Amino acid sequence: MKGMVERISEVQCGYLRKRFETLLRNGQKSGVSELFTSVDGSYTSLEETYEMLRTFQVLGIEKSADINIATCPIVVEKLGSSSSTPKDLFYALRVNSILKCNINADNFEVIASKLQAVVKDANSLVDLHYSIGSLTLIKDEDSGSNVQLGDADGIFHSIKALSQSDGRWRYSSSGAESSTYAAGLALEALAGVVLLASSEVEQSMIGAVKNDIVKLFDSLERYDDGAFYFDEKLEHQGPLSATASVVRGVTAFAAVTTGDLNLPGDRILGLANFFLGIGVPGTAKDLFDQIDSLACLENNRFSIPLILSLPASVHSLTKKDLLKVKVNTVLGSNSPPLTVKLVKAFSSGSKDTPIVENKELKFDPESSIHSLDILPETVDVGKYIFVFEVVLHDPEHEKIYYTGGHSQVPIFVTGVIKINNAEIAVLDSDLESIETKQKLDLSGENGVSLSANHLQKLRLSFQLTTPLGHVFKPHQVFLKLRHETKVEHIFVVENSRKQFEIVLDFLSLVEKFYYLSGRYDIQLTVGDAVMENSFLKALGHVELDLPEPPEKATRPPPQPVDPYSRFGPKQEISHIFRVPEKLPPKEVALTFLGLTVVPFIGFLIGLLYLKVNIKNFPTSAVPATFAVLFHVGIASVLFLYLLFWLKLDLFTTLKALGFLGAFLLFVGHRTLSHLASASAKLKSS
Amino acid sequence: MARTTTKDAQALIQSFRSAYAATPTNLKIIDIYVIFAISTALIQVVYMAIVGSFPFNSFLSGVLSCVGTAVLAVCLRIQVNKENKEFKDLPPERAFADFVLSNLVLHLVIMNFLG
Repeated sequence: MKGMVERISEVQCGYLRKRFETLLRNGQKSGVSELFTSVDGSYTSLEETYEMLRTFQVLGIEKSADINIATCPIVVEKLGSSSSTPKDLFYALRVNSILKCNINADNFEVIASKLQAVVKDANSLVDLHYSIGSLTLIKDEDSGSNVQLGDADGIFHSIKALSQSDGRWRYSSSGAESSTYAAGLALEALAGVVLLASSEVEQSMIGAVKNDIVKLFDSLERYDDGAFYFDEKLEHQGPLSATASVVRGVTAFAAVTTGDLNLPGDRILGLANFFLGIGVPGTAKDLFDQIDSLACLENNRFSIPLILSLPASVHSLTKKDLLKVKVNTVLGSNSPPLTVKLVKAFSSGSKDTPIVENKELKFDPESSIHSLDILPETVDVGKYIFVFEVVLHDPEHEKIYYTGGHSQVPIFVTGVIKINNAEIAVLDSDLESIETKQKLDLSGENGVSLSANHLQKLRLSFQLTTPLGHVFKPHQVFLKLRHETKVEHIFVVENSRKQFEIVLDFLSLVEKFYYLSGRYDIQLTVGDAVMENSFLKALGHVELDLPEPPEKATRPPPQPVDPYSRFGPKQEISHIFRVPEKLPPKEVALTFLGLTVVPFIGFLIGLLYLKVNIKNFPTSAVPATFAVLFHVGIASVLFLYLLFWLKLDLFTTLKALGFLGAFLLFVGHRTLSHLASASAKLKSS
Repeated sequence: MARTTTKDAQALIQSFRSAYAATPTNLKIIDIYVIFAISTALIQVVYMAIVGSFPFNSFLSGVLSCVGTAVLAVCLRIQVNKENKEFKDLPPERAFADFVLSNLVLHLVIMNFLG
């Protein structure tokens, strides 16, 4: 794992390194492989498996044995099956080239003869690429076999026939669209043809292809930072895959031919910068393209780019650390012996006056870091551009490596800024008489307490000087006044000649302050990228006494609600309960309950006093029964009412009342008519 | 003057008592019943004045029960009284049946309203 970190180059692509380091530090070897894992945990196709294995191989990550066990049967099956397409065979062979599954040598011969037949008939570039690629893989795998292309010149011609005048290729003779991606495939296929040719391929043909490559490199697009890439006109391929395809093709072609390709070194370096500068791509396919291309560039035969990088582009004057420079290949291997020179360094504002010129950096072979130990005393804080030059010790190396000539690196030189003569004062309107004046210590804590009215002014002033004693102008100098009601006012502090000064004339500011009197907190912000002691400090407060607002005065704007308050605790809900009715003491209620019985007792006494009797009650059996039933009926109706009050509902009560009522009507009628006839008899007699 | 007033009042009450003594017993029973009902209602009103009207519907049903039954009793008295010529054809039993029925209906409503 550590080996991998060393091999990842420390280049412009700091992000790439950082991401891998994080993954490795966390012990997540799976971090990279999780890019390759599909949802169900298996690798979906041999193509993706190959891409994963190749990426791991380049990065130096050990593959787990599980992959062998899971993948080899599929590879064997594909290679043994007669229905496999050239594409299947190609990727199966590629996977096999990494995993070294045990494939029967007889199998290879069968496949080889089948593929040779395909090559003869094929007219599409993709088929040719797959079949020729497979044949080269078989040749690599089985050195005893005699895989050869008989009609190499013919095949070479048929591929070359698809090339266009601008160096791009067509996918097939019938297609009109030319593509950069196809050019990469074609070059790879041509390299395979040269490798497999039974007799030497015509040098004139190879020369023509070299011309095509040069033309293709003329169509490179350029980013501002010096990165080069191939743009793809067809929609289904992006610049990354197109560029990767060309890099693969060109390195393969260069590997099998002799003679110089005459490719400009800065373009190769630009391609390297492109792959290093894209960070870690989001998809496995893109990561494979990136890593595989970098591996191709690392070992190519025409021009190996060396990349100059700085571990830190910030140089602190206070720490007195060394300015370190590293030179590596794209995947972080050590460079050949070389010297790094600081050609010149100048402030980013003034190009013509270099502060340093022609200094050689010391090389520490142990850490393979070039360092500049002493910066001249004249270097002050600020942004500088350092121009480095890499000089190879061995002139022979210059044919193999490309160092990129002069490389410009922006460097921030930081330091501690001195703050002097800081003071805050309340002045009367004529600026002459000073009412109160306080010294401030802007490096420490302050707690000034001032008071002013609208006829006075507030003045804040201080000086900033660099370590070399020059006036320093930071990017940000703000004064903030904040009222108790959180209404804020921000002022930019201007600098006049030697010092920063702001005068707040409250008379002209009353409108802006919304006539809000009261306590204002003062906050000062001084910040810059090269200022190591940037600060944001509360200075204290000023008690402002402003006039009453006129009627038309603008109201202060409502303060924005803190969006995080949404997630804070909600305001407590207070429930209003019904106030319980006031109830009398128990004794009073019981007394009155007793009192209500008193009239009833009085009623009974009154009846006794009147000597009421029940002699009129029927004596004979049948009317007496009815009379008794009548009274029982009335009593039961009253009892039903009691039940209704206590527990029954209206409908049950009415149902029962219907029956009781009918019964009562009957017996009541019989009883009362008996009484009526009795009294009528009495009268008539 | 005051003496004559007292005397007059005594004479008035005396004559009222002698006249009332002639009233049939069944009417007297109804009178006592009416007094009983009204005094019960009065006690409840006094309770409400002292304590408060909560629970108001219970108070209302209590008072209206008393007042209602008193009114019905007065109606019964009118119908039963033999000197009222217009109810001469109406037998007192029929009037009593009306009284009982009306009371039952009244108290059904009262119970419903009692809460």
